[in-house]
Amino acid sequence: MLRTRTVRAAVAATVAAAVVAVLAACSPAASGASGGGAPAAASDVAPGEGATKIGVIAVGPRDDFGYNQAVHQGVEALRAEFPGIEVLDAYNIPEDDTAATTMESMVAQGATILFATSYGHLDAARQVAAAHPEVVVVHQGGLLDPAPPNMGTYFGSVYEPVYLAGIAAGAATRTGKLGYVYAIPIPQTLANINAFTLGARSVRPDATVTAVSTTSWCDPATQADRTASLLASGVDVMTQHQDCTKTVIEATEAAGAFTVGYHADASSLAPEGWLTGSEWDWGPLYTQIVRTAVAGDFVGSEFNGNYRAAMAGGENPFVASAFGPSVTDATKALVAAAAADLAAGGSPFTGPVLAQDGSVVVPEGETPSVDVIEQMDYFVEGVVGTVS
Amino acid sequence: MIIDILAGAVRGGTSIMYAGLGETVSERAGVVNLGTEGAMLVGALGGYAVTAGTGDPWIGVLGGALAGALLSLVHAVLVVSRGANQFASGLTLYFLALGVTALFGAGFVSRQINAFATVPVPVLSEIPGVGPVLFDHDPLVYVAYVAAPLVWWVLYRTRVGLLVRTAGERPQALQVHGYSVTAVRYGATVVGGALAGVAGSHLSIAYTNSWFENMVAGRGFIAVALVIFAMWNPLRIMAGAYLFGAALSLASVLQTAGVAVNQFALNLVPFVLTLAVLAVLGRRTLQAAPDELLRVFDSSRAA
Repeated sequence: MLRTRTVRAAVAATVAAAVVAVLAACSPAASGASGGGAPAAASDVAPGEGATKIGVIAVGPRDDFGYNQAVHQGVEALRAEFPGIEVLDAYNIPEDDTAATTMESMVAQGATILFATSYGHLDAARQVAAAHPEVVVVHQGGLLDPAPPNMGTYFGSVYEPVYLAGIAAGAATRTGKLGYVYAIPIPQTLANINAFTLGARSVRPDATVTAVSTTSWCDPATQADRTASLLASGVDVMTQHQDCTKTVIEATEAAGAFTVGYHADASSLAPEGWLTGSEWDWGPLYTQIVRTAVAGDFVGSEFNGNYRAAMAGGENPFVASAFGPSVTDATKALVAAAAADLAAGGSPFTGPVLAQDGSVVVPEGETPSVDVIEQMDYFVEGVVGTVS
Repeated sequence: MIIDILAGAVRGGTSIMYAGLGETVSERAGVVNLGTEGAMLVGALGGYAVTAGTGDPWIGVLGGALAGALLSLVHAVLVVSRGANQFASGLTLYFLALGVTALFGAGFVSRQINAFATVPVPVLSEIPGVGPVLFDHDPLVYVAYVAAPLVWWVLYRTRVGLLVRTAGERPQALQVHGYSVTAVRYGATVVGGALAGVAGSHLSIAYTNSWFENMVAGRGFIAVALVIFAMWNPLRIMAGAYLFGAALSLASVLQTAGVAVNQFALNLVPFVLTLAVLAVLGRRTLQAAPDELLRVFDSSRAA
């Protein structure tokens, strides 16, 4: 889900930009937020300043064991952090006009900070932000170019905890063969597979990661077939980048192999073989955004743009899952050391990084920016598979 | 590698075989059911839900069969009793099943069930080559070994089978002998749907241990193509299902082996295979078809 969001976000941002351009051409007065004078309170109070109500919308149910449940947990964190602020939350909000209607209704109830948390809520978020310059609207995972003064997008550096999980996988494997079931080869999946491989090979230099595509975000029968094939080839640690994760995890557990999770803590599906994984923790970032807006500092802040949190900032919303029973203290120490390095500004992709064919893709000592990582189109050395 | 492909073929081909056998029974009686994909979907969810509720995957299979049978009963009412267009009815039921299962299945996505486990057959599973390919699977795979010959035997060696085939070839002859064509076609359509329900159950409670929206992902349509491919013969269905299973499995095994192939292109293999067989057999498929189906194909006029 995350990947499709980001890919489609680029398309949507382009479309949205075009729509805005057309609107601006048709009715010059409509887009000039400060000039018209229609929103009376815009002059003295900064957007979101002194907010007493916050609105949050999510596309799915609050208990989906994945992306939307994580949003709900973020909402709970806001409630705990800001007892004086009321948080209005709405779930199962489709990515259509309903999103704008719901946010408008939250504004009518007095909300001055809005979180639109699904990729497809971006257009609605732009619309509401344009109509209410006094309201801060932030969007989860989209791209804005440029961001209006009262808007921003935010997301995490997803590949960081995947790199850490790769270290645990590399330490656990006996055969040196790891398996990765992924959907389609796009920069975000490739970055995850590469980070996982670099993590594994940092502790087990001869480890290989066999990456097989299902060409679908959720096709359990194809996942079952891919998993059976990988396990039969001697793979003893399995991980995945799929929206539905249950099939691969249960098949891996039944075969007595190790599991590295994704999206959520699924250790209950693999009580024996669970190593670790990556999951969402939005609380700290949501809190930071709200604190900035309430203080009246949103405009011009890092959140008034396309904000991408990393472990270096200490608030990456994508975090490592708890360790399973078989993970040794020595392995935990290796992971902790790597996490400390990332927190100090290190990157899984600090050079030298070699591609599959041995060519240098990141020169020694260089660290690619997030923009470069989000355009990755190759597998690193150690991955068995083809980008096609 | 060959053994991995063949073992994958048997595992992955099993659901296609059950669905293909069901469609064969239905078409032998003169009723084309394009809703097979839908019957597999309701079977997958029904099987999963009943297994979740009872804790017993065998009762789950019965639940899946019942769900597939009920959906196909609607098809029978529309096309046999009401004379509706068979293609329109089948496709509409597929879309209905897609929506209904997405709606009622949402609560089961993260449910854990006591699914069918792999049960190696003692002694036989130890045989090199043959063992892993044929005798190291879940119980529904083994049942399928018997199901195809059984359906063949019923169709060609029993009185019931004769009635079904006559309903598809010369329905007037049934009437002359005092049998109800309507009743026979209802029976064949519902039994066909039940088998498709078993096919869906195999996917959800044996193969993947999961329910997810649209999880059948086209396998029901492959089964409908397979029936023509196999020229309405249950034993050929068995062979064809494993062939399609091998085509699906090929993508996994080649990728695992690191062979540089385009995975999107590999996804096309089952369909290219079907087209190739249709092209090679050409008119022979029409000659093998039950006569009543030719009327359906020619004019879309049901009985």
